[in-house]
Amino acid sequence: MAVARKSPTGTPGRRVALDGILVALAMLFSYIETFIPFNFGVPGIKLGLANLVVLLGLTFLPALDVFLVSMVRILLSSLLFGNVMSLWYSLAGGILSFLCMWLLTRREGYSLIGISMAGGVMHNIGQVLTAALIVQTIQLAGYLPVLLVAGLVTGAIVGALAKLLMPRVQKALESYA
Amino acid sequence: MKKKDFLIAGAVLLLAGVLTLVLRLSGGDPGGAVQVKIDGKVVGTYALVEEQAVPFDTDYGHNLLVIRDGKAHMEEADCPDHYCMEQGEIEKTGETLVCLPHKLVVEVVSGESSDVDVVAK
Repeated sequence: MAVARKSPTGTPGRRVALDGILVALAMLFSYIETFIPFNFGVPGIKLGLANLVVLLGLTFLPALDVFLVSMVRILLSSLLFGNVMSLWYSLAGGILSFLCMWLLTRREGYSLIGISMAGGVMHNIGQVLTAALIVQTIQLAGYLPVLLVAGLVTGAIVGALAKLLMPRVQKALESYA
Repeated sequence: MKKKDFLIAGAVLLLAGVLTLVLRLSGGDPGGAVQVKIDGKVVGTYALVEEQAVPFDTDYGHNLLVIRDGKAHMEEADCPDHYCMEQGEIEKTGETLVCLPHKLVVEVVSGESSDVDVVAK
């Protein structure tokens, strides 16, 4: 998905403002998400709405900004709605999925849906690995098949949402340029 | 969706399928005992043939493991989410009950059945 980056952020002030808006938006999504039950038979599966922000952010902000937005979002939402343990799971998932999605955005031939699916899958892999590390039990890999498929499904949903929102976001960015 | 999107989906589904198959083939024997680990350290092994209720109280919290009819399940847990209690009963080698907040893992091992072999010789 090669996205045209024509001096995407403008002035430093505009860039910081956009970063701030995205952090706020991502936190809101994290919060809303706690109300959406998404039961896959395995505990702890979430839709990953906050990933909308990462997906869309990658289309108009420098990757570093989007990464920091994601990290700040995870830190703040874990402090507000989660606990210390959930912070580690989210960080591992967040970093892995960000790296994966960032790499895919730099390559041709992937749509937002594909990128989001890859992100969702990597997020879940990161979380299982962290959990396996914490309890030092590799048997947790038994949850991987379900979590892989779950990541694919949630990723596709979030990716489709991102695709719907994309034209509107671009329009908004242009009107405030 | 573009062509390469389907590649991602296909690859992930394939991986999930292969993993499921491997896990099915590697486990599945009825186990002889459950091994309980807290924080990665083995704290006890309990035979599945014996009906028993084993409490675990650590700094992390309280769990009550119950073994009945050759199956083990988590009867009580004072963690906030109770996922370990929802994981149901385990009886086959490799199956696990996990209580992440208490860093407690119950895994079915063939342990006890090897003792039986020794006796049989």
